[in-house]
Amino acid sequence: MKALVWHGKEDIRCDTVTDPEIQDPRDAIIKVTSCAICGSDLHLFHNYIPGMMPGDIMGHETMGEVVEVGSGVDGKLKKGDRIVVPFTIICGECDQCKRGNFSVCETTNRKRHLADKVFGHSTAGLFGYTHLTGGYPGGQAEYLRVPFADATHIKVPAGIPDEQLLFLSDIFPTGWQAAAQCDIVPTDTVAIWGCGPVGQMAIRSAILLGANQVVAIDCLPERLSMAEAAGATTINFETESVLERLQELTDGKGPEKCIDCVGMESHVMATLPDTVLDRAKQMVMLESDRPHVLREMIYVCRPGGIISVPGVYSGFSDKLPMGAFMNKGLTMRTGQTHVNRWTDDLLRRIEEGEIDPSFVITHTVPLNQGPEMYQVFRDKRDSCVKVVLKP
Amino acid sequence: MFHFSNIVRSKGDPAIVEGGPSLKRPQDQLARALGWFSIGLGAMELLAPRRVTETLGMEGSETMVRAFGIREILAGIMSLSVDKNAGLWARVGGDGLDAAALLSGLTSDNPKKGNIALALLMVGGIAMLDYRAAQETKPQRPARTARRRLYPNRSGFPKGLEATRSGAKDLIKHATAGVAS
Repeated sequence: MKALVWHGKEDIRCDTVTDPEIQDPRDAIIKVTSCAICGSDLHLFHNYIPGMMPGDIMGHETMGEVVEVGSGVDGKLKKGDRIVVPFTIICGECDQCKRGNFSVCETTNRKRHLADKVFGHSTAGLFGYTHLTGGYPGGQAEYLRVPFADATHIKVPAGIPDEQLLFLSDIFPTGWQAAAQCDIVPTDTVAIWGCGPVGQMAIRSAILLGANQVVAIDCLPERLSMAEAAGATTINFETESVLERLQELTDGKGPEKCIDCVGMESHVMATLPDTVLDRAKQMVMLESDRPHVLREMIYVCRPGGIISVPGVYSGFSDKLPMGAFMNKGLTMRTGQTHVNRWTDDLLRRIEEGEIDPSFVITHTVPLNQGPEMYQVFRDKRDSCVKVVLKP
Repeated sequence: MFHFSNIVRSKGDPAIVEGGPSLKRPQDQLARALGWFSIGLGAMELLAPRRVTETLGMEGSETMVRAFGIREILAGIMSLSVDKNAGLWARVGGDGLDAAALLSGLTSDNPKKGNIALALLMVGGIAMLDYRAAQETKPQRPARTARRRLYPNRSGFPKGLEATRSGAKDLIKHATAGVAS
């Protein structure tokens, strides 16, 4: 089959690889009908996430049709079922899964010894990601083996196009969780840094959860226009001061809720010296993350507020203002997404026409054009916001 | 076909049968080669400055050679990073410094001035490669002034923004009323 394979920094190729096989009775194989490139794939593209190996298949936003099931799937899936595959692999049986903390499933990371060493404790296995999370082959391919398939799936009905359902795999529940863990109340101003695909989903989620005002921060006109389309007030950080504008918009009090949809590769600007220093340190491997957004959020957030971090961080961040964080009594909530905790509700909202996540797609191309699309997406060429690949 | 990366695949995982075209261009390979060259040269300057100064007849300049070594290593690491363009321009600047330092040693009383002339020739050649690589690996991000496609109609709310907002308000009111009763 064809698959997008990681060969090193900025080197992804469309290779021919052997087809996946059932390895465990709880496995299923799907024929992929649609998959997407995620912003966090770019961190792998840049080799900022440790633990990638040449030959790893990329992709963790995938859906398709079940073509083979293992004997242990126990009737929960059958050939022909249409499923979206959550990017977190879950067993559904461990203590964390029972609590709904699916992204920290205690069972599914097959290389847990690595994660135990690096993170202290292992988290769930993830598709198409680092070997710290199991090194499972990803879904930017024609076929995908789904481990623990009896639990790791979202069954979706026929009649709704792939484009509306695909993002249940990651960015829609990720944006939703980011907003949900802010405990939004109707008087809240929610400020969202980054208007990429997750940021766009977080904006819409905050509106669906009843925020009084949503403020979206980015520098790309196409992304800001998409944020405005959903009713957000926008701030272009290249042309105006984020701090001043947020103060203005909140009567000097600061936003009650702040969401970081940027993560470890924040934009570098000469007028923001900390971003330049972070970039220099990251280049020479003295710091793994560029946490400008975290610093800014801690500074502007209203005392007693909540900071939600769906943006990916990989290792070590310098100069976080813990003094301000502690004295302002802020709460930080973060984590990979507990996808299956949210998907029943989100699927219902799609079915009832409350939201159509396909708004975010700007490019749809065949799988073999995937490598070039990594570059287009990374460089923000052709007003690219979200790429869907068709195997 | 043998692929080294298949050795580390977990049993049963897809293995590469035939590789596809690489995204790496010749200029990326050149940048990589220059990056490693820079680190190698920098390490030599840092660890064996006396050998360098003796070869060039510039004894007494060991501290400067060590500093140049650190500069070379940093530029090399940058050239191997995602920001290779910045690293390559740093190398171009460094080549200028190298040439200036070498010229300062090109005096009539220096018995090793032949070596200095050779070193200058090498610096010139490497500088040309550095410049070419820097020119050809410019980031391909569109200019700030480039025309962009805007998406003002992509709300994602099929029922419209106002209906969505009032639906959310109703839901909260309903939930709050439920809590109150």
